[in-house]
This record gives sequence, C-alpha cells and structure tokens, in this order.
Amino acid sequence: MSILVNKDTRIVVQGLTGREGMFHTEKMIEYGTKIVAGVTPGKSGQTVLGVPVFDRVADAVRETGAEVSIVFVPAAFAADAACEASEAGCRLVVVITEHIPVMDMIRVKAFLNARGTLMIGPNCPGIITPEECKLGIMPGYIHKKGSVGLISRSGTLTYEVVHQLTSAGLGQSTCIGIGGDPVGGMNYIDLLKLFAEDPETEAVALIGEIGGDAEERAAAYIAEHFNKPVFGFVAGLTAPPGKRMGHAGAIISGSKGKASDKIAAMEAAGMTVVRALGDFGATVARKIR
Amino acid sequence: MNVHEYQAKGLLKSFQVPVPEGGLATTPAEARAVAERLGPGKYVVKAQIHAGGRGKGGGVKVVDSPQAAAEAAEQIIGMTLVTHQTGAAGKLVRKVWVEKATDIARELYLAVVLDRVAQRLAVMASPSGGMDIEEVAEKHPELIFTTHVEPGQALWPFQARKLLFGCGLTAAQVNAGTALVQNLVRLAWEKEATLVEINPLAVTGEGTLVALDGKINFDDSALKRHPEIAELEDPEETDPLERQAVKQGLNYIRLGGNVGTMVNGAGLAMATMDVIKMAGAEPANFLDVGGGASEEMVTKGFEVILSDPNVEAILINIFGGILRCDTLAAGVVAAAKKVKLSVPLVVRLEGTNVEAGREILAQSGLDFEVAGSMKEAAEKIAQVVAAAQAR
Repeated sequence: MSILVNKDTRIVVQGLTGREGMFHTEKMIEYGTKIVAGVTPGKSGQTVLGVPVFDRVADAVRETGAEVSIVFVPAAFAADAACEASEAGCRLVVVITEHIPVMDMIRVKAFLNARGTLMIGPNCPGIITPEECKLGIMPGYIHKKGSVGLISRSGTLTYEVVHQLTSAGLGQSTCIGIGGDPVGGMNYIDLLKLFAEDPETEAVALIGEIGGDAEERAAAYIAEHFNKPVFGFVAGLTAPPGKRMGHAGAIISGSKGKASDKIAAMEAAGMTVVRALGDFGATVARKIR
Repeated sequence: MNVHEYQAKGLLKSFQVPVPEGGLATTPAEARAVAERLGPGKYVVKAQIHAGGRGKGGGVKVVDSPQAAAEAAEQIIGMTLVTHQTGAAGKLVRKVWVEKATDIARELYLAVVLDRVAQRLAVMASPSGGMDIEEVAEKHPELIFTTHVEPGQALWPFQARKLLFGCGLTAAQVNAGTALVQNLVRLAWEKEATLVEINPLAVTGEGTLVALDGKINFDDSALKRHPEIAELEDPEETDPLERQAVKQGLNYIRLGGNVGTMVNGAGLAMATMDVIKMAGAEPANFLDVGGGASEEMVTKGFEVILSDPNVEAILINIFGGILRCDTLAAGVVAAAKKVKLSVPLVVRLEGTNVEAGREILAQSGLDFEVAGSMKEAAEKIAQVVAAAQAR
C-alpha cells in the first residue's frame, strides 16, 4: 500500500514536449512510472518517448484512461493547465512549476475544490511511491520501498532526508513534496489523514520551514488525532524576519512563521524533533526499530 | 516586492482611495517648494524607506510652515533611520514625502492580506488604527473584523459594511467607506498585491476617510504582467551585494555572519545556515544556486560570497540528485581557480557519482576539506572556523 499513487496509476504529462517535461518524463518512465499520455496544445498526433501526445487533457483521459496529471507547463500557463486537468476529470494534479502568481493559485484552488480534484504543489518536487511510481523530479535511486511516509515543503532538503533514511535501512511508503508556495494544494493535515489510513505507513517524517503556520496546525492535529510516530524537522532557525528565503512562502512576517515556534509546537504535540539535520535518519532508526 | 509610501499612495489614489495631497522631495529646497504648492497650513514630512516605525525613529515630523518643512527635510534626508523593522544597521533616508496635515478625529486599520490559512485574500479592519496590528490581534482580538474575498470575485458591499459598522462608523461614513474597501480589494486583485495596508485610515474632523499611510507588497511572480509596478522598485532599498546577486540570477540574501554558504535548493540552504550556527559560527548568507548548480552559477556564487568582507570560510552543500556530483565537482574546482579562492572551503557532496566527485575535489590541488554527511560537514566547518579565529 501507499498513498495517492502506485504502480497502476495512469498518468498524463502536461507540457511533455517542453525541455523540462521531456527530460523528467524520460526519468519517470525509466523508473517504471505508467506515463500513458502527454498534452501540448497543437501537437496532437506526435509520439514522444513512446507516449502519444494530445491537444487537450480531455482527449488524453478519454483515449488512454489517464487519471492523474503532472504539470511541467511554464508559470504563465500552469494555472490554466491545472484547471484543464481538473475539468477533464483527473482525480489528482501535481504541479511542479515554480513562480506561478499567487492570485492564479487562489483561483485554481477554488476551481479544483469545486470539482473535487486533489492537488499537490505548485513549486514542488512531486510524489514518489518507491519502486512503483515516481511522479516528479526527485532522484529516484535514493528511495527505497518501506514504511516511513514523508511530507515536506522543500525539494533538495527532502532528498537529503530520504537519503539518510534509506542509508539507515529505512524505506519509504510514499514521499510528497507539497511545495514552497503560500497558496497550494494538499497540506500536511490532508496527507496525515491519508497516512493514518495507510497500513503500510508506520511512521511519518514531517519536514517544515519558516513561514505561515502549517507546521503548528499539523502539530495540533497530530496531538489530537494521529497515532503513528511523527518525526519533525524545521529549516530556517537562522533566517531573518521579513526576508523571503528562496521559496515564496518561506518568510517570517512580523512575529509569525518562526522556526522556533514551529519546533516548540511540534515538541508540545509529542513529535520527535530533530535539531541537527545530519541526525535525522539515525534518530528515526533508533526510535522505530 | 515592496514600494515606498509615496508610491503606495499614488496607487491608492488611482484606485479612488482618498489620500492627503503631497509631493516627493530629495532636498530641503524641494520640500519647501512642495509645501508652498500645497498652500498654507500644517505639513507632515515623512522619511521614505521600506520599513515601518518611522515616526518613533524620528523620521516623521509635523511642521507649520514651508520653511519648517525645509528644515525638517534637512534633518531627515541623509539620516540613518533605525526602526524595529530596519535592523540595527538602519536605513539611509534619501527622500521625504511632504503632505498636508490631516485633521484626525479617529484612526482605523484597514488591510487586504493574503490569508495563508484560508488560502485566499482576507480584508481586515480594526477601530484600533495607528498601532501594531499584531499587538491588537494578540491583546484585543475582538477589535479585529475579518471577511474573505471569494476567489476572482469583487467584494460584496455587505462584506465591507460588516467591517465598517464593526469599527463603529456612522451610516454616512460606512457608505463612503464601502466603496473604499471594495476599491482596495480591486487594487489587490488587479495589481496582484499580497498586502495592501492602510494604517492608519483616518476619520477626519469633517467625517471623511483618508489613508494616512500605505504599504503594499506585490507578488514577485506576477511582476512580469505588471511592468508599471515592476518599475516602481527602488534598487537603493536592497543591499548592494544582494542587488549584484539578483543581476547574476542568484537567490542570495546577506545575513552578516562569517561563514558563507552555497547550496542547491532553498530548504537545504536554510538547513545549512542552521547547521553553521549549530557548529558555533554565524552564516554570512543564504544562497540557493538552484537545482542545476552549473559551473557558471557556482562561479557567480563564489564571486558574490567573496565580495562580503566578513566571510572567513565557505561551506558548499550540494545534494546532487539529477545533477551528477562529478560534473558538479569539476565545476567547483574550475570556479575556485577562476576566482582565486582565498578562504578555507568545505565541500559537502552527496548524490549521483559521489565517489568520482570527491576524487576530483581531492585531486584538484586546491585546499578543500571534503565532507560526506551533513554531520561531517558541520564538524569540519566548526574546525575551520575555530582555526580561523585562532589566527
């Protein structure tokens, strides 16, 4: 078991014929991901990397049974692409694209919510269920099938944690990068609910960073409702207030969004918080074996 | 992107939000001329920097003649203003905004903000204007009224009324204020601002509403669609090194410590800063060279880090996922030779082809410390810093 995606998930790539889309689709196919279609308006009839290309997501869904979309479309067109996937009936849209305007994302979110479509991202590395389905831009080889679920707002920081887990002999059930933007799809709590139901997931790693209060809310949820062990890490203890640290959502506003508050909330919720990033894998291994 | 108060007021005015009449001055003579043009009465001379709390720092003066406006400008222009938002170093004031003083009966708070929890825009109002709104929210949450903007829709008048009656305005003021609040929301949507704040919004002695201050933050990701907003950016408000870095396409923030960092990815970059602190040193900067981290980007990264005279050592932390470590190591070596690296360097590499990458670093003839794990990187940087401080 796993959450959101597995070896049978049929995927359409929006922006398949672009540079990024093509590069990462090749890696996803190599990993064994079931990419069944690509969409680029005006390029139907082509076959790229052995994958048929369609003009519209609705055509791809009808012809190939695609149920999940991944979006590599440039920022100016990505919001439109996500809504198209939703309208075509995809149950889940993963938006990799960075720098999508916030006002676009507010509208996308409302559009998808009205149609019951789930979203991961934007500005994220995607989702991976190790040894089954790599739906994103993460390096596949660092992952290993196992029982730790992972949720993170970051990309390379997540790879670091996954690498440590794998090196410590701990595999992962599903790893999700929810993205670094202030407005986006599924949040920590949405995903914790799925991990709670997943018998394969025995523990969860929750990787946070400065900005907003999603970590505090997740901690409150965990304290009340979540019964599996959760391991936390928060990046940005040394980040100054008022400065955007790379990710659009990573900013301390006034006194809100500080790493120290997030860590305190996690500890109060009974989570194991790892302070030194280098100790993450070993800490999890010590606690759940 | 942030703008100055005078620019925010210009935008507010263009969205039919009443603001006091005024003008910008970069010299005392200009300040006098603005005051003379505004006609007799009292004037407010306000320092224009990107920070709040200017009044407490001595950057706002109320005067009663054009001559006094010139004198106030003389004092304010050229001063280094320190407020709770500038940091200890403060900010140099280069210009002042001179406006007609307003007869204030009451001060309200009004803002359109991106509500990350609700994942949409919120409009907030409070009868406790002119104060730090966070403090009001903490001590008197009952004095803050909030409504949310339906995505893509204009604000309904009843939503504005809910806020304004909550603030205790009269029926006539609520009428005028409803359009004002709706216009503020329209400004946020049309110009893609994640914060439009008026603090205070004055109720004048005559009972009209006037925005006495204005703060607007624009969504950087949307600036391409709004060239007229992008050109409002004041490069002087950015640290010169940060400005240089932006030109090079680097995501760099100066922090003031002694250990420079170069990392691929924002989250890992922050975590690396934290590691440096835990090792007993202070991070000099945040620098995300992007997932790709090409030789060109690494060279530019070195140049920016080394332009900071505080830097005593550098920690490079790269998690080479898709990017191969051998390619990256070759890039680091070439870049270090190109910039004639003069401070100790610890390189931590992990990922694809990591053995080949470490071999390239070891064989480079350059004085690199190579670390495997995050833990080892932290230890090595601590040693390097201790050695530097012992010298």
